[in-house]
Amino acid sequence: MAKFYHSVMLEKDKCKGCINCIKRCPTEAIRVQDGKARIMAERCIDCGECIRVCPYHAKKAIYNPLSVMENYKYPIALVEPSMYGQFNNLEETDVVAAALKEIGFAAVYDIARAAELVSEATRLLLAEGKLKKPVISSACPAIARLIRVRFPGLIGNVLPLVPPMELAARLAKRQALAQGVSAADVGCILLTPCPAKATAQRMPIGYAHSEIDAAVAIKKIYPAMLGVMRAGTSSELAQAGRIGFGWGENGGEAAGLISTDAYLAADGMENIVRVLEDLEDAKYQDLEFVELSACAGGCVGGVLQVENPYIAKAKLKKLRRYMPVSLNHLQGAVPTAMMWEENLEYAPVMELGKTRQESFEKYEELERIMHELPELDCGSCGAPTCAAFAEDIVRGNAEMNDCTVLMRDRMEAVLKAIGHDKKKD
Amino acid sequence: MADIHLEYVVPEDDFTRAGEASADLKARLKKLGLSSEAIRKVSISLYEGEINLAIHAKGGRISVDVAPDNVHMCLRDDGPGIPDVALAMREGYSTAPDEVRSLGFGAGMGLPNMKKYADEFEIESTVGVGTTVCMRVFV
Repeated sequence: MAKFYHSVMLEKDKCKGCINCIKRCPTEAIRVQDGKARIMAERCIDCGECIRVCPYHAKKAIYNPLSVMENYKYPIALVEPSMYGQFNNLEETDVVAAALKEIGFAAVYDIARAAELVSEATRLLLAEGKLKKPVISSACPAIARLIRVRFPGLIGNVLPLVPPMELAARLAKRQALAQGVSAADVGCILLTPCPAKATAQRMPIGYAHSEIDAAVAIKKIYPAMLGVMRAGTSSELAQAGRIGFGWGENGGEAAGLISTDAYLAADGMENIVRVLEDLEDAKYQDLEFVELSACAGGCVGGVLQVENPYIAKAKLKKLRRYMPVSLNHLQGAVPTAMMWEENLEYAPVMELGKTRQESFEKYEELERIMHELPELDCGSCGAPTCAAFAEDIVRGNAEMNDCTVLMRDRMEAVLKAIGHDKKKD
Repeated sequence: MADIHLEYVVPEDDFTRAGEASADLKARLKKLGLSSEAIRKVSISLYEGEINLAIHAKGGRISVDVAPDNVHMCLRDDGPGIPDVALAMREGYSTAPDEVRSLGFGAGMGLPNMKKYADEFEIESTVGVGTTVCMRVFV
């Protein structure tokens, strides 16, 4: 397998070479070179911020087409809790399930069911007291990847549990097999709110292989569903409760812990970067749990959703209103299968050199270059800031002449020297 | 290979800017390939120092020297000085005014945390003259 797989991609033809995306990327992973944006694979965390801000829709997420379900005799739809916030007047979750079956899915499995198990497992692990506090949720794959490249000091705080979507795939498959379906016929298809989860299906964090077989964007399946959704088709009650469906928005996971109110929930990239900086400096000593969502509002705010995230939250709240607290429970201790198989590893993409000595040498050069740069952070060179540009130079990926401001100054100096001074003209 | 020398000024009248020096230093250290544990120790101890300068000393000056095997930080101020250094070093002892306590500061853990997170810690204080704290973290 390739070293990096990313759902977030550039459509070169549409890219105008503006600087919107380079300014918003939380890992400074994008440069504009030769008039086109370029994403650095080793830095990209698939958060989708660039998709959100690109005015030309040149950034896109790669996911499977809906027709991927034809590859399986028994396709199962994995439904995110946040997806229920996309529809108007939804009174029962079963209406969504009925529509998905109408489209061609053999079965529908609510990720909210698995989320309740993850909530319970988290409660048990917190009570055991063996985890490094504050425990940081690993449910948002973009956060785990952000910590891996930017916050090495917090790697040990990330919750080592398989996320709800993965657990849901495993449980859904088990259920299908128990009903006599052949393993070869089953395909779990995630209806994804974001590129980060589409990437996690191909390159999971914490476990080697995902049981999710494909990912389809919610915004792609949405129009197909609207045509076949019928009020009153509901025959079954939801198989998860308020805790499970609460995971659809930021704060839901933390609230589902019940056992503690020493938690923090933050959403939106800029906010969570500030929280992570402060956590790294041990500024909040008494926190037990930290829930971070890359998207504003939580998963309802994913770039592959349809509805305004805040309206989706209001709709989810209404749907949850008369639900029981929780319907899914573990039998005793946390099963080993729910724990991560492998630790999160630091990806030192921000370091200047391969060795400390090389890093120190490059740092000196960096300082010299910074001295010459205008520090306007205009982005005309294609890097998000003058500091990032200086780093690109010492890494050998850019040269001083790429700075248009310096170039202009030099041009003026030359013109003046040969007697074409502006003031004279 | 020369050491990296950095200077910061913690302004006298803007408490909300305290913490900027430690954030800046942390970002620089991450580029240098130091261990995350070392970076954590440096940024926590410097952060506590900055807050102290802002609360007790009406600002001050910080100088930092980064060498390949250690980070040395000195915080100097012309503040009121500490009459009883041993008492000030005790966990929970605080003379912070109410307005900073309401922000969650002033728990009496500043100096103790600096000593805890730094590998070497020295403090010199003269009443009416000022205080100097020097810390070293091996990396």
